[in-house]
Formats: sequence, C-alpha cells, structure tokens
Amino acid sequence: MTRVNLLLLAVLVACALSLVTSRHQARRLFVELERAQGVARGFETEYGQLQLEQSTWGMPARVEKIAREQLRMQLPTSARTEVVALPAAPEATR
Amino acid sequence: MKPTAHALRGPALRKDAAAVLVLPRLRAPVVFGALALLFVSLIVRSVYLQWIDNEFLQSQGSARHSRDLEVPAHRGRIVDRSGEALAVSTPVKSLWAFPDKFESTPEQLAALAKILDTTPQRIKARLDANEDFAFLARQIAPETSARAMALSIHGLHDQNEYRRYYPGGEVTAHIVGFTGDHDAGQEGIELAQQQWLAGVPGSRRVIINRRSEAVEDVAAIRAPQAGRDLALSIDARLQYLAFRELKAAVDKHKAKAGGLVILDVATGEILALANWPTYNPNRRDKVARDRMRNRALTDVFEPGSTLKPFTIAAALDAGRIRPETVIQTAPGTMTIGSATIHDAHAEGALTVEQVIQKSSNVGAAKIALGLPRETMWQMFSESGFGASPQTGYPGEVAGRLRPAKSWRPIEQATMAYGHGISVNLVQLARAYTIFATDGELKPATLFLTDGHVAGRPVLKPQTARAVRRMLELVTQPGGTAPRAQVVGYRVAGKTGTAHKLEGRGYTNRYVSSFVGFAPASHPRLVVAVMIDEPTAGGHYGGIVAAPVFSNVTGGALRMLGVPTDAPIDNVVLPPDGGEIDEET
Repeated sequence: MTRVNLLLLAVLVACALSLVTSRHQARRLFVELERAQGVARGFETEYGQLQLEQSTWGMPARVEKIAREQLRMQLPTSARTEVVALPAAPEATR
Repeated sequence: MKPTAHALRGPALRKDAAAVLVLPRLRAPVVFGALALLFVSLIVRSVYLQWIDNEFLQSQGSARHSRDLEVPAHRGRIVDRSGEALAVSTPVKSLWAFPDKFESTPEQLAALAKILDTTPQRIKARLDANEDFAFLARQIAPETSARAMALSIHGLHDQNEYRRYYPGGEVTAHIVGFTGDHDAGQEGIELAQQQWLAGVPGSRRVIINRRSEAVEDVAAIRAPQAGRDLALSIDARLQYLAFRELKAAVDKHKAKAGGLVILDVATGEILALANWPTYNPNRRDKVARDRMRNRALTDVFEPGSTLKPFTIAAALDAGRIRPETVIQTAPGTMTIGSATIHDAHAEGALTVEQVIQKSSNVGAAKIALGLPRETMWQMFSESGFGASPQTGYPGEVAGRLRPAKSWRPIEQATMAYGHGISVNLVQLARAYTIFATDGELKPATLFLTDGHVAGRPVLKPQTARAVRRMLELVTQPGGTAPRAQVVGYRVAGKTGTAHKLEGRGYTNRYVSSFVGFAPASHPRLVVAVMIDEPTAGGHYGGIVAAPVFSNVTGGALRMLGVPTDAPIDNVVLPPDGGEIDEET
C-alpha cells in the first residue's frame, strides 16, 4: 500500500512539474508569436507605404514632368513617327 | 504565631478554590460564542465574496492582469485596371492628452516640441484651448510618434489611425472621391463602395505580465475583417492622357469647365473620366464643393448636334429614309408655328449623309417631323437617355427626356438636334456604343469587367453601319470636324455646339462637344469631349472639342497597341477657313 502511494506521489509531482514547464513554455512561445506578429504588422505597414511611394513616384503626371523638364524629351509629332506594318496582323496585341 | 498564621492562611486558600470553581461557568460559553461568531462572520464574508460581490471582484481582478487589445483592420485599396494604386491607407498615429493630467518638465516639453516641429508655447496653447481633451498632433508618422512617446511624458497618449492617400491627386480625384473622419467614404467610389472597402477592427482579450506584454490569449472577442481591395475599370495612363488634354483645351479656350470620357466598346468599361475644374484630395481643406463635383456624371447639359445621329438612326431604322435620300434644307431656315430654326450655313439640297456631315439643323428637323414622336422617344430612351447610366457612381443624374405625349411639333424638331433634352457626358458616350457596335447599347461601368459584355440591341446592324459611315464623313474634309482626324486611324464622330439654356432662354454662351469612336473599321474606344463655355479661340465643337478628341484618341490607341487601319498620311485638313461650322 505504501509503495503504491509513494509511486502515485512521484507521478503527481512529475505531472505538476510538467504542467509548470509546459505552461512556461506556452507563455514563452506566445510572447514570441506576439513579437513575430508585431514584426509582420510592421512589414505590412511598410509594404503599404512602399506601394504608396511607388505609385506616387510612378504617376504619369510626374514622369512626364521630369521627362519634359529635366530630360528635355518631347512627344514625337506625327511627322516624325513611322508606322511599321508587321507581316502578320498582330490581332493578339490587346 | 502559628495558629494565627494558619488562621490567616486558611480563608485565603478557600477563597482561591472558590474562584477556580465559579468563573469557568460563564467564560466557556462566552469564548465559544465569540469564536463561533467569528466563524459565522467569516462564512458570511466568504459567501458574500464568493457569490454576491463576485462580479465586481472578478472584473477588478481581470482588469489587473488581462487587457482587451484592438486588432486593426485597414481599409481596402482602390486600384486601377492594372493594379496601380489610386487610394491607399497607411497607419499613422495621433498624440493626445487630457490637459489636466498632462505633466511634463520644461526639458521634456522642449524635446516634444522639437520632435513635433513646433514650439512649447504652441503645445501649451493647444492644451489650454480645451479643458477635456486635446490633440497635440494628428496623423503623424509612426516613427515620429514613437520618438515622442519615448520621452515618457506623464499623461501623453497615442492612438492608431489610418490615413488615406491618393497618389493620383487631382487626376483621379473625381472618380475615387475621398474619405472623411473615421475612414468613412464621403465622395465618389469611396462613398459608393464603403461597405466593400471598410474594414471592421477586431478585438481580443489577453493576459499581460508586469511589463504589460501579452503572455496568453484568453479569448477572441471579435475577429477583425480586413477591407477588400477594389479594382476600377479606369486605366491610369489613359486617365492621365485624358486629363492632360482636357486641361490644355480648357486653358487654351478659357473655358469654365470640361469633361472627357473614354469607354471601352467591347465591355462598356469607363477607361478614363476626366473633369475640370478639379482638386487635390490629399489637401482639400479649403477646396470649394463646386470643384469636387464629377460633372461628367452629376451635371446635365443640352447636347446639341451630337444627338442628330440618333434622330437619323430612328428614321433609318423605321425605313422612312435611306442614307442617300435627298432633303431640301434651303433656305437654311424653317418656321414651325411661331418659332424659326436656323442652320449656321445655308445649304441647298442635302443627302441624309450630308445632313450629318454638315450638321444641318433644318435637315435633321425635317427628318424628325416625318417620324411619329413615339418612335423618336423610343430611340432616345433605348439609347439610355432620360435614365441614370448605372455606373455605380453616387449622385449620377438621369437627365431629362420628356414623355412623347407632351412634345409639340417645334419641340420634336429641336429635339432632333439635341435641344429640349438634357444628358450627362457618360450617358452620351455610352449611347454612341450603338454606332460603334452593330447596334448594341453597352452598360457603362466604373468597375473592372472580365471579357466581352453583351449589350442590348437597339438598332438594326445595317442602320448602325450606315450611321457609322456618316459619322466617318464628319471627320473628312467637307465635314464639321476634320480636326478630329488621327494619324494612322480612321475615326468617326459628331460635333456639337449648343447654346446654353439659362433661365427661360438661350444665351450666347456655348457647350462645345465632340463624341466619336475609333478605329472606324473596328471600333475599340468611344471618346466624348465636352467643353463648357469656351471664351477664346472659337467656340465650335469642330474647333474646340475635336482636337482634344484627336489627341486623346490617337494617344490612347497607341498606348493600347491597337493596329492602325489607315495609312499614316491619312490626315487631310482643308485649307484654313475651309471647315464647315455649325451651331448646335
């Protein structure tokens, strides 16, 4: 009887300790998850800002202004345009 | 001595014995009673704590170790047909404080002012301005806010907000619209698609440790719902082209306003919709409401001659005339009852084709008067006039098409050339899809559509083709709009120069317009241009609006890689002054 009791006590202590460690583990992992999610949110924010930046820099109005004023480019007039007919009618270019 | 001593002792001993025997009789019950009372009170207290006051204590307990966190959900983006962003939300922070709880050392305040790019005096003024609550900075970059919060000033708080940015600025302002406070759509697509775009922030409860870090999830109270992205039918490149050309024309002719619409013939998608005047949605504090109106959809005008092809189409479809039927338009005026209608230039006998090419009011009126008014009404109605175009834009107007029963002959005659009826520019562009296709009216939409969209048949295919031919003649020498021609492409269209209606009569101010499509051999785009009150450099549709059409159509077809259908030396401009002018 005493032996059984001792055995059960040992099992109980082991269970209790494993509960404590798993609990600790869970919290530690949770904190890590939180941090990772925070980083992910940060990246999402940055992605949004980069998208915004991309479309702001790439807006046709700005591109044209730079092309005209800084690079001194011009739209070719029809007199300076040559249309090249392709052998097969490119019906697929849509 | 001894007995005395004994005598003295005796009574004393006896007295002691009596005390031991007598006192316990009362003491035991008292002590017992007191202890029992203590136990009862403990039980009562624990019952009270455990069952009666439980809620308060629980909430106090959880307030100390758990916290509700908001899970942000941001608003969906609005993108153009190729995914280019037209409206994006980015997270920003706002700093706020309860003025009576705000405590800072002068050094902290100076540091804060430096971070926020202001002065300590201004911060103090802000705090003094309102007793209850004060924003110290609104919608600032998260990094700036983090630096301010790092000063750990007592009573300074930050909150998450989103700010909406519109990279397209004034070019796409009228289509996209903007959001107001709390990310709620206030104008344009932002308003119309609020449900689709808006995110619903979620909330969850976590257990926190002493450093206020979440250590365990307790419950998700509400799952966040991110806003969905929305793809418009707009093509950012064409939109810019349309805007640039429209603005140039409005400037050149010192006009009051203008509008330009590009429609995809196959799908009815609106590829570009430009308006002038416009505004910058990113900085709209002092913008007049007037500039925010999407005139192409929310304003109506009398279209003038651009409506003539519909009159002709109705007569052709009913078999009343044929393209080569001759109509006598001399002497260039026509009197109906008490009213007289005029042609800008008196012509003689014209074929139906020439009535369109030279835009004869008398010719169109004569053809209209040969038709039952119901037939004409039906033509206009089936082309989408008098009904809202259903593009999905808030506040779009239907225009006015009066019931046929109420038309008097003079009204039927003027309606033949677009007076006494009002339309918006998108309606007009959309109506021209019946000539650009073989008689099908396409639904106009602002949203990205996949593939071919079936239209509603309005005209017989041969009627549509006949009118298309006439419209191509308009852009040839001898027509009203040779300036609409495009290098390398055949184009077709119709000019309009309508007197503006004000109060009860017509004024000498004009609406100049041109609606057309290209390439004429296999139309891909419908382009409608409207210039409101040009005051310099002419006012005829062929002079003011047609060149805009030419520039926009040429540019758009090249950008879309549409194969040319004419030789590059196709543009034939008549010598100066050789153009046919028209009015209405």
